[in-house]
Parts: sequence; C-alpha cells; structure tokens
Amino acid sequence: MTGVSRRALPGFGLGLGYTVFYLSAVVLIPLAACAWKAASLSPAEFVAAAWSDRARAAYTLSLWTAAAAAAINVALGLVVAWTLVRYEFPFRRLVDALVDVPLALPTAVAGLVYASLYAPNGWVGQYLEPLGIKVAYTEYGIVLVLVFTGFPFVVRTVQPVLADLDAEMEEAAAVLGADRWQAFRRVLLPTLIPPALTGFALAFARGLGEYGSVIFISSNMPYRTEIAAVLIVSRLEEYAYAEAAAIAVVLLAMSFALLAVINLLERWTQRHGG
Amino acid sequence: MAVETLIPASGGRQPPVPVPDPGADGPRSPDRAADPWYVRYALVGLTLLIVGGLVGLPLVAVFHHALANGLGAYWHNLTADPDTRHAVFLTLMVAPVAVGLNVIFGIAAAWVIARFRFPGRTILTTLIDLPFSVSPVVAGLVFVLLFSPTGPLGGWLRDNGFQVLFAPPGLVLATAFVTFPFVARELIPVLEAIGPEEELAARSLGASGWELFWRITLPNMKWGLLYGVILCNARAMGEFGAVYVVSGRIGGRTDTMPLRVEKLFQEYNTPAAFGLASVLTLLALVTLVAKVLIEPRLREKPPPSVGEP
Repeated sequence: MTGVSRRALPGFGLGLGYTVFYLSAVVLIPLAACAWKAASLSPAEFVAAAWSDRARAAYTLSLWTAAAAAAINVALGLVVAWTLVRYEFPFRRLVDALVDVPLALPTAVAGLVYASLYAPNGWVGQYLEPLGIKVAYTEYGIVLVLVFTGFPFVVRTVQPVLADLDAEMEEAAAVLGADRWQAFRRVLLPTLIPPALTGFALAFARGLGEYGSVIFISSNMPYRTEIAAVLIVSRLEEYAYAEAAAIAVVLLAMSFALLAVINLLERWTQRHGG
Repeated sequence: MAVETLIPASGGRQPPVPVPDPGADGPRSPDRAADPWYVRYALVGLTLLIVGGLVGLPLVAVFHHALANGLGAYWHNLTADPDTRHAVFLTLMVAPVAVGLNVIFGIAAAWVIARFRFPGRTILTTLIDLPFSVSPVVAGLVFVLLFSPTGPLGGWLRDNGFQVLFAPPGLVLATAFVTFPFVARELIPVLEAIGPEEELAARSLGASGWELFWRITLPNMKWGLLYGVILCNARAMGEFGAVYVVSGRIGGRTDTMPLRVEKLFQEYNTPAAFGLASVLTLLALVTLVAKVLIEPRLREKPPPSVGEP
C-alpha cells in the first residue's frame, strides 16, 4: 500500500494541520505541562517527592500487583483462547463475547461489584472468610480486580495466532513421530510465546495505571495498599501539585518504557505469526 | 526516542482493544478437536469456570443487587435523587461532545495517515496511541496542572470568566484525552484496506473535496466509523479516573454517572450505587452486542471500484 500524491487527492494540508493541532491541544501540551510542573522542582525536591518511602512503596505495590495480575492472565488467557479456538461447545459464542466485557464495563462498576462479591459477607467472600482468606481491602483484592480489567488482553492476542496456526505443522510433527507433548513443546509453545508476552505487557500496562476499580476494593492505606495512582490523587487533594506531577512523571516513564516493549513484542509476533 | 523504528510502517498496528475475533466462525477444522475427550472436557470446564467466575458472576451480581428490593425501589433509586439525575444528565452531555471531538479528529488523522506518505507519519501514528498508555489519573492530572488557577493558562482563563477545571469543559477534555485513539485507530486500517482508487477516479471526474468525502469516503468507512464511535462512547460514558481528578467531585454539579456510583458507595447507599451501576452495565452490554453485530461488516470486502468491468 503506497500513499497517493498530495496533488491527486485533496485535504492533506487541512487534515494534517488539524490532526497536529488537536493532538497538541488535547494530548501533547497537557503532558508537557506535567513535565514542566515536575521540572519546577529542584532535583532534591523532585527526589523527595517522587522517591519518598511512601512513593516507593506505592510503585512497588503497583508494579507487583500489575505483574501478578498479568501473569495470572497469561495462564487464564491461554486456557480460554485455546478452548475458544479449538473446541465446539454450548454457548461458545456467548463465552467468546463475554471475554470483552472488562473492556466495555466501566471500571467503577467493576470495582463496586468486586468489592461487594469479595467483602467478608459477600457472595464469594463469605466462603473465603472461614478459610482465613481476606481479599477485599487487601493487596490480593487489587490483584483480583486487575485480573478482571486485564483479562481480555492475553485472550485476544493469543486467539488469532492459535487460529492461524498451521494445522499441518502439528500433523507433520505427529507424522515425524513426535508425541503430543513434544508437538506441544516444540511446535505450539514457540508460536504462542510472542503473543502471550504481548498480552502480558498489555495487561501489565493497563494494570499499572488502573485507578477506578482499585479504589473500591483496596483500603488505600499509605505504605500498605496504596497504589501509585491513588498516591497521585492524595497529593492532588493536598494541593501538592508539583509533588503529584513528579510521581506522575515516574509513572509515565514506566508506561512509555512498556509501550516501547509492547511495540517490539508486536513486531516479533507478526514475524512469528507470518 | 527512536519510536518510529518500533512500529511497522503500515500504520495499521493491531489494536490491543478491539481485535476482530477470529474464533467467531467456529473451530477451523474438525480434526483439530482430536485432543482426548478428558482434555477437552477439562479445558472447556475450566474456561466456563474462568469466564463465568471472572465476568458472568459480577454481571449477575450487579443486576441482583440493583433489583434486590424490587422494581419500585430500583426506579426510585434511579430517579428520586436530584444528584443522581444530574449525574445521568451530565454524562449524557459530556460523552457525546468528547466523542464528537474525537470523531472529527479521527477522520482527519485517518485520511492523512491512510492516504498520504509524509515525514513523521510513523511518529504521528505512535503519538495517536499514546493516551492508551497513560494512567487515567495522570490524564486528569495534566489538565489540573494546565488549568489550575495558579497556573499561567488557568489564571488567564479565570480572569476572563472561563471555568475549565471542576466544570464540564474540564470533564470533556479529560474524557477526550482517554478516548483519544479509539476512532482514529479504527478508521486508519479501514481506509487503508479500501484504498484510494475510487476517490482518485471521482477526483479525475471533477468531484470536489467535499463531494468526495460525503459520497465516497464516508459511505465506504461508515461501519468502521460506527464501530469506533461505539467503543469510544462506551469508554467516554464509563470513564472514572480522569474525570475523578478534574471534576472536583461537586455533588449535583460535576459528578458523572461513574463518579456518582462511587459517592453512593462511600455513603453506604449500596442499593442506589448498584442501581446506577446497572445502567452503566446495560450500556456496556449494548455496546458489546453492537460490536458483535458490526464486526462481520468490517471484514466484508470493500465495494468494487468504479472502473472495474
């Protein structure tokens, strides 16, 4: 696909001008304002704001809960994608459609309903309580809602690759005397790793910034169950704008690093997937 | 930053959000189901358990809790409280404006990116996706910093009588930020797939730019546009973190529906919180049904070119 000459079709100047204008007004200038505000701090103040004990505890919690949720989603996503692609069973289309619910359901609704399900008197929480398992208001609750919000990513990255996978490749492996396990390990697994990693990174990135669902189910206690996004909001509510901007810059740096990784992984997936 | 080397030159990077569903047409060949029956049953059971527990149960719980005290109480919870009514009204005002802004942008960006080659095109494509990697809270924060009365822009606007922060314009901006990529990223691959032939032919027959857009480009991309609008709208109406930060949480003034859900929850008014949440859940379900209905049309072959025999 090649572009056409700028004289053959109209609207290049107007379209590009408006695109750049709107992108700058809505995204780039506001983001620059955040960096500018953080830069108004001296280096020592920046470190004090962005690297305090409380901030470090918040990054650590955000990072590990998002990573744990993404890892759980790789396991769940591989099972669900495999089943949806390879087997016929009742309500398969419905199950397939339900996978997208976390993308469409407002995060506040997810937080509300998960907090109520897993509260000590909730539908699920009442059975966990006697076992000594506390989910609501703990870091496990955070992992749980992040599993929900990130659930579609691994399924939707692995599904097309599994569907495109050459059945002949598996058959050939079988003809050549590979048993099921060898065929799985040598043929399937290498193909599934790139999309699974992409799904992991997407779910991880989503979880790192998540706010709406988490505040319902977490007790949001500083040092204990306070994620980075919640810390930014508390700084804002104290009118400590520059400190909030400093923490946001750290969070943005993590997100953009992940974005670069996701782009690399997607190229890798495309190369593997053919 | 060498972002341009990180993404394929086509500009039509696979969207992480709405991926066309390849499984919808059923398993590809029957012999693929040749796994032993116990493996099949175990995996199907596990899948039903995962999707049922993670997604099905919460959906059932929303409606159960919303309707626990009967339809009368449900209706009362939704309509009696003026703050709740205002939240519904505000969401219905803010979301369409934000979606409209992103539609105009999405069409302009898709036209430029799908039809022309120019320096910086790859970077532009990457930048359009940027808001998806920004935490909603940070998205709200940047507007607070930009428009706070102590900031340069906010001070000037306040002196001239414009209130952006803690007012609907701020809500629109924050919503437009978090839903920024939806329409553009749907339209770019659609326009690329259609190709410029029809438009070039119309142009050579003397069509104006305006006629070109209304009679050829828009009809050709209408399903992609509708798809993008529906996804964009669902996110716009459901957005929480970004609007939470810019709204100032003034009950009856700047609370949108999701913010109102949280406030009712904090006030231990759980039935009302679930009542309002059930409306948002219905919206999400309608969105998904529309998505399933539109997706097959997106995969249809584009109409034949004008000059084809």
